[in-house]
Amino acid sequence: MRIGDHDWSLDAIGRHRWRGRMEPGRLLALARAVKDEGGQLVALWGTDDRRDGAGFGIHAAFLTSAGLAWVSSALAADAPAYPDLAHIFPQADRMQRATYDLLGIRAEGAVDERKWLRHNAWAEDEFPLRKDHAFRPAVSPRGPEAYPFIRVEGDGVHEIAVGPIHAGTIEPGHFRFSVIGDRILKLEARLGYAHKGIEKRFEGMDLATGARLAGRVSGDSHSAFAWAYCMAVETAAAATVPGRALWLRALFLEIERVANHLGDLGYLGNDVGLAFGFAQFWRLKEDWMRMTASLFGHRYLFDRIVPGGVAVDIDDAGRAELDALARRIGAEARELKAVYDEHPTLQDRFADTGVCRPELAAQLGLTGLAGRASAQAWDARTQFPQTPYDELDVSMATQRRGDVLARAEVRFAEVHESLRLISDILARLPAGPVHAPLEPVRAACEGLGWVEGWRGEVVVAVRIAADGTLDRVHPHDPSWQNWPLLEMGVLGNIVPDFPLVNKSFNLSYSGTDL
Amino acid sequence: MSTGILLQAAQTLLAILLAPLLMGWVNQCRAWLQGRSAPSIVQPYRALRKLFHKDAVLAHDASPLFRFAPYMVFASMALAAGIVPTLANDLPFSPAADVIALVGIFALARVFLALAAMDIGTAFGTLGARREMLVSFLAEPALLMVFFTASLISQSTALPVIVATLAHKAFAIHPSLAFAAVAFWMISLAENARIPVDNPTTHLELTMIHEAMVLEYSARHLALIEWATAVKLFTYSALGIALFVPWGIAAQGDVAALPLALAAMVAKLAAGGAALSLLEAVSAKVRLFRVPEFLGTAFLLAVLGMLIHFLLEA
Repeated sequence: MRIGDHDWSLDAIGRHRWRGRMEPGRLLALARAVKDEGGQLVALWGTDDRRDGAGFGIHAAFLTSAGLAWVSSALAADAPAYPDLAHIFPQADRMQRATYDLLGIRAEGAVDERKWLRHNAWAEDEFPLRKDHAFRPAVSPRGPEAYPFIRVEGDGVHEIAVGPIHAGTIEPGHFRFSVIGDRILKLEARLGYAHKGIEKRFEGMDLATGARLAGRVSGDSHSAFAWAYCMAVETAAAATVPGRALWLRALFLEIERVANHLGDLGYLGNDVGLAFGFAQFWRLKEDWMRMTASLFGHRYLFDRIVPGGVAVDIDDAGRAELDALARRIGAEARELKAVYDEHPTLQDRFADTGVCRPELAAQLGLTGLAGRASAQAWDARTQFPQTPYDELDVSMATQRRGDVLARAEVRFAEVHESLRLISDILARLPAGPVHAPLEPVRAACEGLGWVEGWRGEVVVAVRIAADGTLDRVHPHDPSWQNWPLLEMGVLGNIVPDFPLVNKSFNLSYSGTDL
Repeated sequence: MSTGILLQAAQTLLAILLAPLLMGWVNQCRAWLQGRSAPSIVQPYRALRKLFHKDAVLAHDASPLFRFAPYMVFASMALAAGIVPTLANDLPFSPAADVIALVGIFALARVFLALAAMDIGTAFGTLGARREMLVSFLAEPALLMVFFTASLISQSTALPVIVATLAHKAFAIHPSLAFAAVAFWMISLAENARIPVDNPTTHLELTMIHEAMVLEYSARHLALIEWATAVKLFTYSALGIALFVPWGIAAQGDVAALPLALAAMVAKLAAGGAALSLLEAVSAKVRLFRVPEFLGTAFLLAVLGMLIHFLLEA
């Protein structure tokens, strides 16, 4: 595969996915080439390979013009380190810190070496994701710890500390605002409160149970994670999935996208005090989820995507029902959009709030839905389609403004596009079985899955041991790249607008705390 | 005289006891307008009962001021409820304060609440207190201007005189009062922490104004503050009725007119509450820094009302 004017000798693993191994120094050169080409770093994670007689491994997934490139470097068993990537891709910063906290692999030359995932829950010299570290379900906290937030100094500057426990029922996260009056000078987030040891939990699991866990990495992106995981496993096991199963997976993914976008559009109305919008969009979301529950047996479609296919089929009556509901919701969402469009106060609150300019978005790697609202035109369904998206001709929604309004507009456009895709999928669903059992895996193998979830690209890398159990699974949520942009987006805004800006991104805590 | 004291007590108690009902009515209307099934109209009473049965939790750093403030706030609102004529006019309490002193009573409650919010030293309390002061220092002068417009018509700042002039003398149309009424409505929204200035139902700490000040309160203290909030809404509604639609309020000593006065009051409050919920259902909350523009408009309207009074009548 060529990037820039150099052939990096990567091998294709499935469509639009590439795999390569190289020296850490060459990894750095590849990162530069990807950056020069306009690509992005998507994910960064580490592995403990000492059992195989090697040391540690550092892995990176790059988004390039040819697809997703998964590149690894072998590192020494003693004091493993690799060259810092954050000076090329700033989004690597937190992933590098998390990799150190979990595995003790250092990014050499990194500017920011503060801890990220560990909250004093394990000792300085303990690295829970190493293979010689036993899985402990309950970890005793070692008391509060000091985290060096970046201080803003000057006349009249003070700090507002919010969370990790909030007044509403939301996920835990700490936000440190430095403000003058109500104007935000700096925001720094501190996450990791929802760390559950998911990656450790994967170790030794059988492939089917792994699918269940993968889907629970971030509950609102269940289908995206489950599909990415299954794609990785099926790539590793060289399995062929029946066509109808792939079409149904796409159906589930689009159902999930519509449900989340409807919910978020309601929340955006609620956050500016327009409870009417909240009630109406959530009524639609509720109708939608009741339909999924009655057709597929679960409101959030949990555990419907399994290795080898899907666990549930749809009959002709169900297709007609779902198609009718999709059309009704499309019509009602259009009416509600007119209400939002013509509401002066709502427009005033949305427009020019939480702006992420396109240049900044490109520089920091803003991705997914929020990225498309800031002119980062990446959508794996359009540019790097897997079956069935290669036959569906997905149109990408983009905006340039990068404010709350733009992110709402992208959501509206994607709701309608997804509803169109759903009708299209229902009409063209191929006949045949929906599941083909996987052949037992008899040799160590690896694979990568890549799915455009509603929030952005979801990547799952899987390594299967020779006994057919999972050896290492790394699920990557797009929130990793987008959290830092939220901090940039609120600069110069006022404190009471933060919840609105935050909701317009709606990032996952669980998906990044792991 | 004794009838007067009896009436005074009845009217004050009625205001305090009915206030949560008005709150429940507004909540119910709003739920209907949003297409939700509504909570019971007596839900605020249940919430109060629940809070009074709980044990209070106090911050370690809370000073006696923090514990005293809820009683002060409630007492101020109860006093205000006694002064504003809801059923009968010119009761024994009425001479105690004219409209200017009434603004002072509201301010007193606010100062105590803001001090209590800052007392425990949390970021949210200070944040709420600061925003509350931003809103109130703009709302108070506008409110005074509204009162002055009404006072100019009746040549007095005493509420009984204003009500008597407007309701019990020959019927006259006062265009100036139309402007003052709109201004008063806008000020009431700001003073009572309603949309579009504040959102009484929000869970987002960072956006709160009034709610941020009372975040640390619990049990009986919170109950008193919530109740005082309801009484304040009731008093403001009664004040609006007294100034702009006073017909039906019984004249001094006219006991026979009381049943009709009660019916008129309930009807006017129901209509006012429904109008408030309608406004809240169709409005969104403005950006905090637009609140000065909102209250500036209210001030301007009040001044316009006064100018029109001079242009047309003086």
